Amino acid sequence: MQVEMTVNGQSMSADVEPRTLLVHYIRDDLGLTGTNVGCDTSSCGACTIHINGESAKSCTMLAAQARGTDVTTIEGMADNGTLHPMQQAFMECHGLQCGYCTPGMVMAATSLLKENPNPTEAEVREGLEGNLCRCTGYHNIVKSVLSAAGNSTNGGSQ
Amino acid sequence: MTATESAPANVVGTPRLRKEDPKLLTGEGKYVDDIHVPGELWMGMVRSPHAHAKISSIETSAAAEMDGVHAVYTGAQLADMGLWIAPLPCAWPVTDDMVNPPHFPVATEAAHHVGDIVAVVLADSRYGAVDAAELVDVEYEVLPAVASIAEARDGSATAHHDLDSNKAFHWPLMPDPDALEAAFASATHVVKGEFVQQRLIPAAMEPRGVLAIPSPAGGDVTLYSATQVPHILKVMIAATTGLPEAKLRIIAPSVGGGFGAKLNVNPDELLAVTLANKLGRAVRWTESRSEAAFSTHQGRGQLQTIEIAADESGKIAGVRVHIDADMGAYMMLITPGVPLLGSFLYTGVYDVPAFGFTCDGYFTNLTPTDAYRGAGRPEASYAIERAMDMLAAKVGVGPDEIRRRNYLGGGGPFENLETASTLVFDSGNYGPSMDAALEMAGYADLRAEQQRRRDAGESKQMGIGLCTYVEICGLAPSRALGGLNYGAGGWEHAVVRFLPTGKVEVVTGSTPHGQGHETSWSMIVADKLGIDPDDVQVLHSDTAISPLGLDTYGSRSLAVGGVAVAMACDKVIEKAKLIAAHQMEANADDLEFAGGAFTVKGSPESTMPIQAIAFGAFTAHNLPDGMEPNLQEQVTFDPPNFAFPFGTHVAVVEVDEDTGDVSLMDYTAIDDCGTQINPLIVEGQVHGGIVQGVAQALWEEASYDADGNCKNPSFLDYLVPSAAEVPSMKLGSTTTPSTSNPLGVKGVGEAGTIGSAAAVINAVCDALSPYGVTDIAMPATPARVWKTIQQAKGGQS
Repeated sequence: MQVEMTVNGQSMSADVEPRTLLVHYIRDDLGLTGTNVGCDTSSCGACTIHINGESAKSCTMLAAQARGTDVTTIEGMADNGTLHPMQQAFMECHGLQCGYCTPGMVMAATSLLKENPNPTEAEVREGLEGNLCRCTGYHNIVKSVLSAAGNSTNGGSQ
Repeated sequence: MTATESAPANVVGTPRLRKEDPKLLTGEGKYVDDIHVPGELWMGMVRSPHAHAKISSIETSAAAEMDGVHAVYTGAQLADMGLWIAPLPCAWPVTDDMVNPPHFPVATEAAHHVGDIVAVVLADSRYGAVDAAELVDVEYEVLPAVASIAEARDGSATAHHDLDSNKAFHWPLMPDPDALEAAFASATHVVKGEFVQQRLIPAAMEPRGVLAIPSPAGGDVTLYSATQVPHILKVMIAATTGLPEAKLRIIAPSVGGGFGAKLNVNPDELLAVTLANKLGRAVRWTESRSEAAFSTHQGRGQLQTIEIAADESGKIAGVRVHIDADMGAYMMLITPGVPLLGSFLYTGVYDVPAFGFTCDGYFTNLTPTDAYRGAGRPEASYAIERAMDMLAAKVGVGPDEIRRRNYLGGGGPFENLETASTLVFDSGNYGPSMDAALEMAGYADLRAEQQRRRDAGESKQMGIGLCTYVEICGLAPSRALGGLNYGAGGWEHAVVRFLPTGKVEVVTGSTPHGQGHETSWSMIVADKLGIDPDDVQVLHSDTAISPLGLDTYGSRSLAVGGVAVAMACDKVIEKAKLIAAHQMEANADDLEFAGGAFTVKGSPESTMPIQAIAFGAFTAHNLPDGMEPNLQEQVTFDPPNFAFPFGTHVAVVEVDEDTGDVSLMDYTAIDDCGTQINPLIVEGQVHGGIVQGVAQALWEEASYDADGNCKNPSFLDYLVPSAAEVPSMKLGSTTTPSTSNPLGVKGVGEAGTIGSAAAVINAVCDALSPYGVTDIAMPATPARVWKTIQQAKGGQS
């Protein structure tokens, strides 16, 4: 079946099996491999993207369910080579190591700040509960998000 | 800490931002599953649902007839195709008589763990391979399964039906048995701890995956693998398949974490290479997360018994340890060696006059075990640090005091000190580490708050746990590995080359997968050569670009590979100096090198930048007679000794007595990894390591039923912690340079994990000590803690 949607501002289309997960449509059919797959139970959040401006795990829905939506992936975050402020914060706070959870983490964190522009450390931790990282112990991820919020002083971090 | 972006002189020791990050932050980094070639076939694995079973029959026709399916192979068919000439390798046969049942990529007669591969399908799509694998119909004759170490010891069933026993080996480290016996005979205090190191699923966020691309006419095969060890993999694939080593190219592209789980030689890697070569088409596979509990090795899996003999004051006279270690169903690359890596560290940071260690390895019908972050050393640290708290209680002193009374070197600085476990510790200074940790944690205030809660009878009690760990890094002096029967050396290789334009390329045999080698190696080179770190490009993880290397594991990269880079820079400077002397018509002894330029001593106006010398070496118009063109040098560094990082961790937990819930309130760590190259990266490594150790203490366990089924293979049930479960951490450091290498570096990749599990469980036991609780098994789940409290209360009344 033909599935069309807007991805990172561009109209995209591909002919896929009806059962195709959105994340595989994005990765395998559109070739946008920045969105990663870390589990098969919608637990890890590595595949987090934005659908119509809200974060969603792209492994939890079929591509067909996202027809006609406006999707943003990690590839759509930087602007002409300039990192998005959240990406910049992750870089400055060493919020990534192997980088595999990072795209999903950045997408989830961006969405979190949209809903709550001035979160406490506890709110950041609760807000990122659906995104797993095995490298950082979350310390510098939390620091990155607080920094992006201009709120690095209430983190209790060094 | 404030990170800097610019390139000041002397960048080593500054928290410099990582050059790896922009690619990874934008989705530009390519992991194996991101890379595709036309005509590729997807492998699907048919896996045994039984832990131990004979294969009666395999019906493949339904799968083979499915649209989009290219081929289906059973183990017997693959064996007949002659794709391999030897079983999967175990590089560490720890004893001459170690039992090692043959392990081929696909089982032919019997499956020995749930998930053992019994057939393989090749299909033209990701989903098609999974569908086809489900259509393969296998009939089994189920055999009794050995589902735990206890059952393996009991021996009423054997994990391999043609073996008489489940015991794989007995390995002793008994430097002086008489002295050990005498120490226990004359001791005032003897404490004994029996601990379970539960099995853990490593769970790197990127699942493992492979893509093998053949060249039918040329006869070579390129394998992309999510591996920590492309160099080792290349040798082992050649040795296992008979394919010419020089025709193999292994590439580890961006790799999403490893933690030891990606240092093996796996069935899927061998299948992809051999089938791609046979069929002349690219073959790929990516494990699903739930599959990873069966397709990737697990960690830990030990029963430990540790005894400490001490005098009246708590001064240690001897330490005696026995381990029963769960190999799982097969010996993987270093499965039997993992407990041995810990064996030397059961004396901890203490002055132990007499020591003895024995280990028995057992087969079970469970997923094979192998290295997981720390590999033997977290287990050792856990046992000795738990037992030290038991000794403190018995002697009647605090956990800090019992440690101070026993520190090696009296708690002061030392170098090159031989321990009872026959190692020579490079350097240490344990007292100040404890002092700094207690001060940063606010130890006195914590104890006061703990007492207040106890006096008030609050339901949420507080526990404070200490751990002073030491670990072995810098793997490894090749001769020492030879003495342990390990099948390879422990050196590392580096090339440093100036390009004609004055930029520098570094080739390293280390294989990063999140550790930031590109950044750290650039910093080392920048300071050595007096150039901007952004002018350094670090090449790695591709055997065609970096043909010599022994890869990344065991916190070895910096202490061996980074040192090789530094030494290669020294050789570059030596050669450049000869060229400079020749071109400046000066005596080489009269030249000094600083700030990236050679200057004639006493004549600061007579100077020549190293980039100009590099260009001169490239044109080769005016070199000393007989000198080879180009400015490039290589070094293979074989360390003279291991390195021994250490530190003190303080965990503070709150235990809800009504629910048994344990929450980590605060965590302080003072780590000493010798000289730090990039403190930003050091702290990141420690953060992540700590949480992995905390996770073992409180949440994670690969849990098996009596039939050998893993009950929690997915992330729904296997509790990798999220940000919500852990607090921010307080980190500090001391710096005691290593004497094992010229940089003074020690390694930090595993330190956090090695210090944290013991600290957390010591804290939980401390919280429950008023009830007489002296131990609690990992993971200290709410159910387990609640039950322990109820039993203790019942026992009191």
